[in-house]
Amino acid sequence: MSDARRQGAAEPTREDARVAPKPALRRFHQARWDEKLIFELSTPGQRGIEVPAPEPEVAAAVGDVAAALPDALRRGTPPALPELGQQQVLRHYLRLSQENLGADLNVDVGQGTCTMKYSPKVNDSFVRDPRVAEAHPLQDASTVQGLLEIMYRLEGLLREVSGMDRVSLQPAAGSSAIWTNVAMIRAYFAARGEAEQRDTVITSSFSHPSNAACAKTAGYRVITLPPDADGYPDIEALRAAAGPRTAALLITNPEDTGIYNPRIEEFVRLVHEAGGLCAYDQANANGILGITRAREAGFDLCHFNLHKTFSTPHACGGPAAGACGVTEELAPYLPRPTVEFDGERYRLEHDRPDSVGSVRPFYGVVPNLVRAYAWIMSLGAEGLREAAEVAVLNNNYLLSRIREIPGVSVPYAQSRPRVEQVRYSWERLHADTGVHSEEIGLRAADFGTHYWTSHHPYTVPEPMTLEPTESYSRADLDEYAAILAEVAREAYEDPDVVRTAPHRSTVHRAREDTLESAATWAVTWRAYRRKVLGEDGA
Amino acid sequence: MTATPPHAHPYIPNSAPAVRRAMLKAVGTDSVEDFYADIPASLRLHRPLNLPAPLRSEAGLVRHLEELLAGGRSTRDTLSFLGAGCYPHHVPAVVDEVVNRSEFLTAYAGEPYEDHGRFQAMWEYQSLMAELLAAEVVNVPVYDGFQAAGTALRMAGRVTGRRRLLAVSDTAPEQLSKVTDYVRPEHEVTVLPPRADGRADLDAVRAELAAGDVAAVWAQAPAYSGLVDEGLPDLAELAHEAGALYVVGCNPLTLGVLAPPADYGADIACGDIQPLGVHMSYGGGNAGFLATQDVEQLVAEFPTRLFGLVPTSVEGEYGFGDVAFERTSFALREEGREWVGTASALHGIGAGVYLALMGPHGMREIGETVLAHTAYAKRRLAEVPGVEVPQADAVHFADFPVRFTGSRTAVEVNAALLEHGIFGGALRPERGPHEALFCVTETHTTADIDRLADTLKGIP
Repeated sequence: MSDARRQGAAEPTREDARVAPKPALRRFHQARWDEKLIFELSTPGQRGIEVPAPEPEVAAAVGDVAAALPDALRRGTPPALPELGQQQVLRHYLRLSQENLGADLNVDVGQGTCTMKYSPKVNDSFVRDPRVAEAHPLQDASTVQGLLEIMYRLEGLLREVSGMDRVSLQPAAGSSAIWTNVAMIRAYFAARGEAEQRDTVITSSFSHPSNAACAKTAGYRVITLPPDADGYPDIEALRAAAGPRTAALLITNPEDTGIYNPRIEEFVRLVHEAGGLCAYDQANANGILGITRAREAGFDLCHFNLHKTFSTPHACGGPAAGACGVTEELAPYLPRPTVEFDGERYRLEHDRPDSVGSVRPFYGVVPNLVRAYAWIMSLGAEGLREAAEVAVLNNNYLLSRIREIPGVSVPYAQSRPRVEQVRYSWERLHADTGVHSEEIGLRAADFGTHYWTSHHPYTVPEPMTLEPTESYSRADLDEYAAILAEVAREAYEDPDVVRTAPHRSTVHRAREDTLESAATWAVTWRAYRRKVLGEDGA
Repeated sequence: MTATPPHAHPYIPNSAPAVRRAMLKAVGTDSVEDFYADIPASLRLHRPLNLPAPLRSEAGLVRHLEELLAGGRSTRDTLSFLGAGCYPHHVPAVVDEVVNRSEFLTAYAGEPYEDHGRFQAMWEYQSLMAELLAAEVVNVPVYDGFQAAGTALRMAGRVTGRRRLLAVSDTAPEQLSKVTDYVRPEHEVTVLPPRADGRADLDAVRAELAAGDVAAVWAQAPAYSGLVDEGLPDLAELAHEAGALYVVGCNPLTLGVLAPPADYGADIACGDIQPLGVHMSYGGGNAGFLATQDVEQLVAEFPTRLFGLVPTSVEGEYGFGDVAFERTSFALREEGREWVGTASALHGIGAGVYLALMGPHGMREIGETVLAHTAYAKRRLAEVPGVEVPQADAVHFADFPVRFTGSRTAVEVNAALLEHGIFGGALRPERGPHEALFCVTETHTTADIDRLADTLKGIP
């Protein structure tokens, strides 16, 4: 019994029992465990796990094996790894996990270009099955028919989604798939004796930077098409660039602006007329599944990011998975092995003499291939189209809500719809208040969310890129728009609140200039102790 | 085809017809077709995709996947001696618990403020690996060990400005294939076959280096055959005398007992972290690392992200950020070093958890157990008539070579072993039909190894 009751206070009323409605915006605070580094948690003599020791008869039979090695090859000083009990290790990492805002926990529409859709939990259960997790890649094909069938079927599904003739599932991620396409392009022209002549790859400034970077890494000269006044890749620049030196066009559509380039067939035709190949970066395919395909637009190669469009989790930045689709003409150059089916048995085919070889050990990021297969099977043709249409609807709905916010604008092609994402600009808000886009993003973190600006260079000033995908409800989108509206209001009325954000995060503003100087950057504890703490022998 | 159900797909809340209509109305249209107005009719797919009927119910999907996987076997239910770049080590339950946390599994590219945990866990991974490798700089993981080797060699090329690369160890053929294609625009790879005893041919290396055009000597520790080459330190001297860098691909799981490459002169160490607590997943679990000392000239050549520790505005608070971001293709597109993108971050976090659990003692013990099991397996198999273990006197780690001297090829022996419920060794077709690579780890028991030897005795 409470003190108030004992003292004969009035009986509580219904009003006393009533919880007031939630405020419009949630009063979020990120977890803040103020956790030490794992090295600081070490107590000598403790351990997190036991390792099987050799049984006595083994030890007796072989003795000290390492003794046969010269001193220089035997470890002298043990590695200075921390020593912790098992629960202490677990607790440390669980605390760190709580200090991380996974897509499962927030309305993750702010990581534009990355297609942060829901990764169904049931698909995770498949990859934890020992028949997937504990399978060795060199097992006899007869023991892994199911895994091979999943890979074979997934190739078939992606062939239909892209319209291409063959698909490799080996690339590790999106940029790995871009690299693989470039490697195939190089092999194709080498086989035709045109490798030296065709030394140039053309891409566009609103295509992912890896298109330019992979081409350069492969030895190509890179020409980047700037946007024209409406934001489309400049077709006149393409006309000027395409010629006998052109190996390929690597291009996204819709580009990272969310604008679909309606002249894409003409782009492809110009490059084909110059004797080059065309590779479609389909990182932004989520809005066009079942609507339009690489095949119809005339592309010779394309790639998908299975961790984007096909729902596999982003895992803090991988493991991801990529898929490269090609026409029959390019198929001989696909990575080896391929998965083949003779009507009875599935097998891996390594005998591919013109292949660019392996782009990764074994066959690809198999767990994500299983997840992507399961995701497509849970949706089917209608579901994929529904996903695309709702992703586009969500994007245009969010666009209409964001347009209401003072200080934001939508550069380029004003009269045209956007597909699955929008690159916005806070240029006006910045001019009015001095607040930068990055700072708005940091303040948005105080409300339990995140947004990303854009790739560099910032062709769009003070950029923000939102991609709502099909996963979010109308209420989710309304909440996200309300957060940005509130931060914009603060920028105009109380800009210091935004400039000094975050206020409700795990940590406060970091001293980032030390990261740019070789005298002070500290990539590891070992380096930090030597360089910053001045410890000898660290 | 059945009609669209009147309710939303569980993954697509706004596919509920009423919601969809209301949202269309809110943006002033009545059809999503308006959003696709820019796609020319000639590019539209005027038919539904031809895909199998969907399995909308979770129960139906589970049943379908079970039907596909039914009958499949794995190293969990079958005694296996497969390694060759993908290793059956025990994955601690705590590693699985951490990497399967939603917060880590579904995160992507947040800032250090909303994703502080991921930055700290990744920085700790870099730091734990650095202790293991006796290095001061370790990167955010790349796709796999093949990619790590390709990048290590290109880094050496950029630092030295030289063209040729010497591959001096027994190297996995697919790794050699990948690396050769990867470096092709800048470098040519000269493969120097190891001697009959499996060790690098130092005389041949010396002769090649004399030309003065070698950017890197590239060795494996252990070699693809599992051999720990006593000449590894000598190669460092030869490389450095000739102005080349020394790049060593190593299995980090060995480093509780074997010296880290930096200690015998490696300028860049690289390799795969799959052995450190990542499930094999039919070859899907590979992830790569690169390590150097904190030399500005080398750090400047890393293409990947490198997280750094910094103070914040609050005393005693650790912050994190990107070190020297202007190196990367994220900052400079084609003017950056190679490229950076989504790779294998979560495997790095998991490997960090693994090293934190194992500690210095666990890493030493696992190394000792694997060395002992490997030596025991070599000895037992060498006793089997018709089985020869080449390089018998050398030290092997996990993998070791086997030659079948009878009439059966390695393929035929493996088929016979499979009939006895055993996955035999990896084939080495490039070394002929009678060669294989067997592998044992700490997960094997004496009885497992004895069973293999006894079974082989029964296979004529």
